[in-house]
Amino acid sequence: MSAPVKRLTTSAMIASFADADQRTNSAPFGHALARLADERPEIVGLSADLAKYTDMHVFRDAHPNRFFQMGMAEQAMLGAAAGLAEVGLVPFASTYSVFATRRAYDFLCLDIAEPYLNVNVVGALPGLTTGYGPSHQATEDLAILRACPNLTIVDPCDSVDIEQAVPALADHPGPTYLRLLRGKVPTVLDEYDYRFELGRAASLRDGNDVVFISTGLMTMRALQAAERLQKDHVDAAVLHVPTIKPLDTAAILNAVRGDRLVVTCENHTRIGGLSEAVAAAVAYAGIATRIVPAALPDEFLAAGALPTLHDRYGLSTDALCARVKKELQ
Amino acid sequence: MTTTTIETKATRIAQAATRIRRSALLMGEVQGQGYIGQALGVADVLAVFYTRGDGELRLRPDDPHWDGRDRFLLSIGHYAIALYAALAEAGTIPPEELETYGADESRLPMSGMASYTPGMEISGGSLGHGLGVACGMGLGLRHRGNPARVFNLLSDGELDEGSTWEAAMACAHHGLSNVTAIVDVNGLQADGPTTGVLRTEPVTAKWEAFGWHAVRVDGNDVPALLAGLDEIRAHPDAPSVLICDTRIGHGVPFLETREKAHFMPVAEHEWDAARHALEGDRS
Repeated sequence: MSAPVKRLTTSAMIASFADADQRTNSAPFGHALARLADERPEIVGLSADLAKYTDMHVFRDAHPNRFFQMGMAEQAMLGAAAGLAEVGLVPFASTYSVFATRRAYDFLCLDIAEPYLNVNVVGALPGLTTGYGPSHQATEDLAILRACPNLTIVDPCDSVDIEQAVPALADHPGPTYLRLLRGKVPTVLDEYDYRFELGRAASLRDGNDVVFISTGLMTMRALQAAERLQKDHVDAAVLHVPTIKPLDTAAILNAVRGDRLVVTCENHTRIGGLSEAVAAAVAYAGIATRIVPAALPDEFLAAGALPTLHDRYGLSTDALCARVKKELQ
Repeated sequence: MTTTTIETKATRIAQAATRIRRSALLMGEVQGQGYIGQALGVADVLAVFYTRGDGELRLRPDDPHWDGRDRFLLSIGHYAIALYAALAEAGTIPPEELETYGADESRLPMSGMASYTPGMEISGGSLGHGLGVACGMGLGLRHRGNPARVFNLLSDGELDEGSTWEAAMACAHHGLSNVTAIVDVNGLQADGPTTGVLRTEPVTAKWEAFGWHAVRVDGNDVPALLAGLDEIRAHPDAPSVLICDTRIGHGVPFLETREKAHFMPVAEHEWDAARHALEGDRS
């Protein structure tokens, strides 16, 4: 019998999608929230038995009397977050995206969004950022939440986005949902002339052949893909869309005019996320252009190691480059 | 308090309960429908909280957003007809507005919503939400050093919802003595008697097992309700629940004995008769 072949395995620890040589920041959300709370006494935090796994533990340890542990009870957590906001506090409530959206949606919708409360729901493991399979992979959270009135939705790219988004979300008077990247989070956008602005897309890179319209961690992949494509004489632009709702339609329409190949990039099922939001905006504006969606398939995804899964489902930089070349042929 | 003042207070509250019932019947008649059975059943409970000058709630009727107010959360949105009548009794909404109940452009929609009605703290209707919000309010008020209290009126049917028990655990875990649940046990839910839909008894033992101080009273007996609240005030170390056994249609004998229905049918000619049949109505 031959020796077993060593394969990549699902990480039992907090998996990072950072490349081996990439700069990262640890727990940028928790640190940003703790810093904000130093200045603003009305900031409070809640978690549903996942403080340690949503970087909320940093806030908890810095401000223990302003952290409320709600137990493994996401409905109670979102209801309580609404109650805290009703009496003048500004809560950030963290759990995994799957639980905030699938399990506790009625509470997010009716207790938080309908009364337009300043409650900030923070969902970890958005899209495909864990190898644990469908129970943990929130591949359709944007599809669920985009249809919810009043809700602002942010899908940050990296630690820079997260650090700048946290105070912006607290300042925003209404409810928000943040797709959290946790643990060692790549630091990418400080190399660009960029500041996070709620509701605004940002052009990170110009290019004549392709325009990536990307959100979340896929902006990092789009930037990497653009670098590589350059070597093959493909000139790619990147428009980063960190706010999914309200969508910066003007910036998107501006980007799709002309004859560049339009590729949307998102860490989410192709149904109901960025690609369909862009497609709708483009069609409603009467612009006839093809849109290539780089997104997860309409499937329940496999378990496995993140690099394996990102390759298989088209989110890796390699897969994105291959997709662009195929579409350009 | 002397016996005389208690009796006087109870009498005044009972009279207010009768006015709440009469208002609810008027509102039901205007619409030709309404959750009148529940309104009649819960009128005494609401009167204990909302009667001007005697009610349990610390309120400023003309300043419904006063930060120091006690919060009264109506989980059961369809009970709004009764709460509107109680809010009129408290002076928060003008009594003449009650006749707009359920009409287009009215501030008094069929199911209670916070954005429509002064004094309506939350939008109920999707059951199992009120106690979670009450938990957050209790945490937040205590954190801010605000002595206001939080009351959540829920129904026995609402005890079917798992989220009610999530919130019950959280309130007890956090020692929220500023939160009081009021459970209207009328034994009836949308598909029929609670005993047949989903058995909720033993209700008192359930709350006690969840760490609550539980008091069970006849919810159509004003002195018993007042005594229950006294007992709750004497136990400030845990969240409390006032379990109120009420009778659908109470106060109007021919409705109280009618076959029980979640949405009680009342014929056009019966509204007037119901008002005249109101027990204790001497006005």
